[in-house]
Amino acid sequence: MAEKIIIDPITRLEGHLAVEVEVEGGVVTDAKSMGMMFRGLELIMKDRDPRDAVQITQRICGVCPVAHGTAATLSLDNAFGIEPPPNGRIIRNLILGANYVQSHILHFFHLAALDFVKGPDVPPFIPRYEGDYRLPEAVNKAAVDAYLQALKVRAKAHEMTALWGGKMPHQQAIVPGGTTEVPDAQKIIDFKYRLKECIDFIDNVYIPIVYAVADAYPDYWEIGAGCMNMLSYGALPLEEGMDHVKKEKFFPSGIYLQGQYKDFDPAMIAEEVKYSWYADDTGGNKPTEAVVTPDVEKKEAYSFVKAPRYNGQPMEVGPLARLWVMKQKDVVGLGNKAFSTLGRHFARAVECSMVAHAMDEWVGQLVPGQPVTTPHEIPASAQGMGLTEAPRGALGHWNKIEHQRTAVYNAIVPTTWNASPRDGKGTPGPFEQSLIGTSIKDPANPYEIVRIIRAYDPCLACAIHLMTPDKKLISKYAVC
Amino acid sequence: MPTKLSRRNFVKLCAGGAAAISLSGYLAPFMKEAVAAGAPPVIWIQGGSCSGCSVSILNSVHPDIEKVLLEVISLRYHQTVMAASGDLATDVIFKTAEENPGGFVLVVEGAIPVAADGKYCLIGKRNGEDLTFLDAVKEVGSQAMAILSVGTCSSFGGIPATPPNPTDCKPVSDIVKNVPIINIPGCPPHPDWIVGTIAHILLYGMPEVDTFGRPTMFFDGIIHDNCQRRQYFDNAIFAKKFGDPGCLLELGCKGPIAHCDTTYRLWNNGVNTCIKAGGPCIACTEPEFPGWPIFERIPEMPIAPGITATVDQIGGVLGAAAVVGIAGHLAGNVLTGRIGPKKNHDEKEGDD
Repeated sequence: MAEKIIIDPITRLEGHLAVEVEVEGGVVTDAKSMGMMFRGLELIMKDRDPRDAVQITQRICGVCPVAHGTAATLSLDNAFGIEPPPNGRIIRNLILGANYVQSHILHFFHLAALDFVKGPDVPPFIPRYEGDYRLPEAVNKAAVDAYLQALKVRAKAHEMTALWGGKMPHQQAIVPGGTTEVPDAQKIIDFKYRLKECIDFIDNVYIPIVYAVADAYPDYWEIGAGCMNMLSYGALPLEEGMDHVKKEKFFPSGIYLQGQYKDFDPAMIAEEVKYSWYADDTGGNKPTEAVVTPDVEKKEAYSFVKAPRYNGQPMEVGPLARLWVMKQKDVVGLGNKAFSTLGRHFARAVECSMVAHAMDEWVGQLVPGQPVTTPHEIPASAQGMGLTEAPRGALGHWNKIEHQRTAVYNAIVPTTWNASPRDGKGTPGPFEQSLIGTSIKDPANPYEIVRIIRAYDPCLACAIHLMTPDKKLISKYAVC
Repeated sequence: MPTKLSRRNFVKLCAGGAAAISLSGYLAPFMKEAVAAGAPPVIWIQGGSCSGCSVSILNSVHPDIEKVLLEVISLRYHQTVMAASGDLATDVIFKTAEENPGGFVLVVEGAIPVAADGKYCLIGKRNGEDLTFLDAVKEVGSQAMAILSVGTCSSFGGIPATPPNPTDCKPVSDIVKNVPIINIPGCPPHPDWIVGTIAHILLYGMPEVDTFGRPTMFFDGIIHDNCQRRQYFDNAIFAKKFGDPGCLLELGCKGPIAHCDTTYRLWNNGVNTCIKAGGPCIACTEPEFPGWPIFERIPEMPIAPGITATVDQIGGVLGAAAVVGIAGHLAGNVLTGRIGPKKNHDEKEGDD
């Protein structure tokens, strides 16, 4: 008889997530990931000044507001037919890059590490799932010290964003056409000085601790493979140009689908809703034709997260996808072991270092005193697509402007890709595929599940558009 | 409470914004002592939020966040920080409330969706049933000694309550009526506001608040009064596009109606603030946020509770309220043609 495990809430992630898995003979045979909150921000955008998207959509997520600000402004640049001057492009990259550093450090140390590191015996570190803390005592102590040190380093990374953006979370500087402040030499020095501290921490503390965790938990190279299809929209442009996909970027656009590297084509993206509580079931909608009519009575549906698919396939997004697509040597060198819980943590740490070192170069390319913004006019009607990469994966915003007001707004966010339910063909999403087949040692302490899910760095405030009011879950934690 | 710091001096220190000296040098030891002597535990629950308020408090510098978490606040539940998951986590909320009736502080982050009986936001399970954020706020909140509504969403509804308010989001003050509530708005709130207010409650009890429930030690002044770009305004130099020197009024700045102290408190360890970075103030600490178009000149200004006027009208209602000073400035600038009258909707163009 199958046991059912429900973990609600999965803590230490942004937003409200529950997971339901069925276990038979100690192995997960079925898995469903369910988001628990809806705010309807896309509905709020309608009929507003289109530019408000830059500020409103940042509030989708307090961990990665910069990525939403970036995607929103890219979709507006696209609709307005403008692009920033080089200084504006570089400052946008520095703002986003600094938030990568902040977000990756926060994720590993403050959200994920307590799955592997035993914290001090005081709240909020207790209570916890007991039973599988394997780090040697000295290493564990070093990791706890690093947890505290990381609090300061991530705050330092926020200072780097705030230097250009005014404040964090929710910076003010990313606007259509560029950014808001002309750089001067002092800012550049202030930024470099802080960046150096961050780089020291990433290279000498963060990465070694990831290695230490990998040494102690080697089985997690085999756990949580997922769909093994990788998608990167690409981000951090290194040159001017209106074509996001073609221009040179630090993270190139690309996909890895069923074992093949391929070019990325935004036209292949569609959102399916067969197992989501939406009225439409046409088998896939383009992002600008997003369906927003909820239908809580829909048979078989079990989530209000939609199922975005690329050419009909589920795709993993995030640091692993980006580095796999760009064929980064350390990650690709792992072979198929990269598609795992540890592979995701490893890729995130490697990426954090790469972005930090690259920023050191970019900040030197700023020309003090030169303009940061291209002026804009709001067209009577237009359509825009803004693609970028949030720290946790591919992020796209789509808008339609009519009468100088937002008519349609849609955001397909990283966790929608990763936490998606089954699609029209019944193929489970990446979270679900990662869980199915996993051995659960102790259903009362299902640490495997939370470790697998957290390694994706889920952000549920982003992913959840709606949830059903009469959602029926088997309502016990543990066994039924 | 065992403290040698008088309330008056504490408030002065907080209001001064000289956080580098005050909150680290003075506050942390007193709070540590208070916690050791049995100060109330803190439960922090999140609902219809983006977690930005939580991320913001992680940026607390004086005292640094390590001290806040480990010494200064006895934080029993925080969804994004705590080790536990599932029922193990949720039980902590109710156990803490049960063991400390009327003796704990509840921090609420995020608005409360009340549509569909609150089922648009579920924060866990209780006795096998879905636990809505609405029920948690109602039940736990009504047993608290005080509730801190952290952020504009829990204070006033904020972003998720913006029309059409898809999930009928409400602020805490609409849900719990029998417990004192302090609003610490801001999107996000400054970490000093959160830590300082909690410190005040632990050390001295409830702080003084304004008509919107905001602690006056942080929300007494308006952005415009201490703006780094104030001289531009006084000299009628207005930026026409982003990156220009000048007052940001024409680019949408809401500084004249925004109550908070970030122009001199500054964000992120004092490195910057919105207007200083060239970003127009969006008045994120106000109950109306984000009601206005963000990048257009203030269409109307509240001049007294329930009364609003356009900037152009304000010249005619001088003397109405506390914003007289600003109204005078703005009206003066309008009258002298420095900032032309507001464009009609039809003529509206970009701000090139």
